[in-house]
Amino acid sequence: MKKAVNSACEGCDLNQASNLKKLGINIDNNNYVVALAGNPNTGKSTVFNALTGLRQHTGNWPGKTVTRAEGGYSYNEKKYKLVDLPGTYSLLSTSQDEEVARNFILFGKPDVTIIVVDASRLERNLNLVLQILEITDKAVLCLNLMDEAKRLDIEIDDRTLARDLGIPVVPTSARSKEGIPELLNTVHQVATGEIKCKPHRIKNVPKNINNAIEKLSLEIQETYPNVPNSRWIALRLLDGDERIIEAVKTGEFISE
Amino acid sequence: MKTNKILNISNDLRWQIGEGFHDKLTEGIYSDAATISQNSVRKKGDKKRFRFDRSLDKIVTSKIWGFPIMILILSIVLWLTIIGANYPSGLLADLLIGQVYPWLKSIGESLGFSWWLSGFLFDGVYLALAWVIAVMLPPMAIFFPLFTLLEDFGYLPRVAFNLDHLLKKSGAHGKQALTMSMGFGCNAAGVIATRIIDSPRERLIAIITNNFSLCNGRWPTQILIASIFIGALVPENFAGAVSTLAVISIALLGIFFTFMVSLFLSKTMLKGEVSSFTLELPPYRPPRFWKTIYTSLIDRTLIVLWRACVFAAPAGAVIWLISNVGIGDSNIANWLIVHLDGFGLLIGLNGVILLAYIVAIPANEIVIPTILMLTVMSAAITGVGSGNGVMFELESVSATGDILKAGGWTLLTAINLMLFSLLHNPCSTTIYTIYKETKSVKWTTVASILPIILGFIVCFLVAQVWRILM
Repeated sequence: MKKAVNSACEGCDLNQASNLKKLGINIDNNNYVVALAGNPNTGKSTVFNALTGLRQHTGNWPGKTVTRAEGGYSYNEKKYKLVDLPGTYSLLSTSQDEEVARNFILFGKPDVTIIVVDASRLERNLNLVLQILEITDKAVLCLNLMDEAKRLDIEIDDRTLARDLGIPVVPTSARSKEGIPELLNTVHQVATGEIKCKPHRIKNVPKNINNAIEKLSLEIQETYPNVPNSRWIALRLLDGDERIIEAVKTGEFISE
Repeated sequence: MKTNKILNISNDLRWQIGEGFHDKLTEGIYSDAATISQNSVRKKGDKKRFRFDRSLDKIVTSKIWGFPIMILILSIVLWLTIIGANYPSGLLADLLIGQVYPWLKSIGESLGFSWWLSGFLFDGVYLALAWVIAVMLPPMAIFFPLFTLLEDFGYLPRVAFNLDHLLKKSGAHGKQALTMSMGFGCNAAGVIATRIIDSPRERLIAIITNNFSLCNGRWPTQILIASIFIGALVPENFAGAVSTLAVISIALLGIFFTFMVSLFLSKTMLKGEVSSFTLELPPYRPPRFWKTIYTSLIDRTLIVLWRACVFAAPAGAVIWLISNVGIGDSNIANWLIVHLDGFGLLIGLNGVILLAYIVAIPANEIVIPTILMLTVMSAAITGVGSGNGVMFELESVSATGDILKAGGWTLLTAINLMLFSLLHNPCSTTIYTIYKETKSVKWTTVASILPIILGFIVCFLVAQVWRILM
């Protein structure tokens, strides 16, 4: 029964998703680039397929996507390129799949990053969310697998969560396409600047470290005024990340 | 230099902060995450589903039941594939080779094609394609959906969990269990999947040993030979079960070789520490049945079939050519077979099989048709087939067996072919993928040569023991 109602909604003019055109791999001349990031096995590829109409293989095991897949959709007459990144638990180490995700968010400068999280495992998923929010300002949290969370009797106050994180939160169940219209609309609003994000910054760090981060971050901003993520670069420099040190030397992240 | 200034400052600051920056940062992130989730998440009531997952996990990952259940599930999947693929395979062969093939020939004749053009196109290229479709499509259309259903349900990470212990003992990474499972579908896909392994050492081990997972191009070979020679040893009622058992033994032997070769590599060429990792056991999710069937048919089955066809067409042409182009009073194929026969027989195989494996480097799928065609030609059996370099399908499995027996095949040849099909070089796509992933000629060579050397050794030993005992 539920299925039937869903499909009727999908065809309705009043439905926001009816402005969605799935463009498959046709991704030329896009207006916006959107990245899909998140922990392994949270349904990134399912969200990707729901938006692009592609059939990227999905499976119930962590680590299925190891390269980034790209697809496109058009919504409200804007063309979006969507990039499905490999699932990672953090951005702080250096395995190949993590690097793909990290480098894209940092150097690919997506217009919006959709962070897909497993609603039934929110706390663990938030570790990655907080790291991504250090890198980018424009993000949307896709609170996926809400159906599963409901089955486990977990309730999530998405408004409080949105306030705490400083970015819009959209509950979805991508498998049954629930919440996809809202997600599309929110991504659109963030991309066009209708919604301004004030992302959470990591707070619980000792004062001396925080001071060091601030100081270095200011220095980076002075040298490269256009860099949106000077705090993250500072964090990585202090951690001794070779790739970032190299990038600072070559000025890679300001080149575009 | 401005950039140097930044780096200098960061170096100074790093000294000031002292050690433990990374840990303190991570702690900070964790405690922020805990606070935020406490503010917005409310758990209530009992967690029945969670308990269901837990109790199911206790069974399928238990020390006693884990492995038997794994083998049982694999057996069921294989048995369904073997039993289910038989009938549609026959139908397809009848249609493509019994009906369409003569029709194409007659069209060629009416258009006035010369014998070599019609031979090259229809006897070579077309028949190779037809055979690949008839033999591969039905088992894949059953095997892949079943496998995908298991994957969607969430069983694969449990397999990884069960195998982790053994892999760690072999000096390999636990995630290799996942890439190994992918290899059972396609080795090239398995090699790409090794990107989930962080340490380069363990990743190389996973790449080199992936070939020991029987890929879907080799399942039909195993299934066919097991049905002809091993199923035939027992009364008809048990033939299906015994053939399944034989195929499973080969698959398990492959897993055994994965462990042994991993152990060997981690003690010799790729010494190092075993790295630890977190494996998340995802919740069991009810697979969406029809969607899974649909996508696995479209995405996996047809894509793999397409690949097989792309490689089979030129291979068919090559087979036809070497069977029809002469050296002296013989043709190239015959000449090669005669020269390979000595070594072949020494290791319990024969020249035909070795030549077939050379021709079939691009795709394992066409090994059996090539062997049949070459056997008929070299043994000069009359009454079957339709000429040199013509691949054909025989109406029944037992007729295929008769041909092979007339070509000098024994039970030993059959067993060794099954072993050699497990232990030989990867197909050219996989070799190319390995090169792309490792960017190293050395490791690509090791990954290609090592299995075939193992294959020669194992087949040789089996042949010697057999000849002493029999």
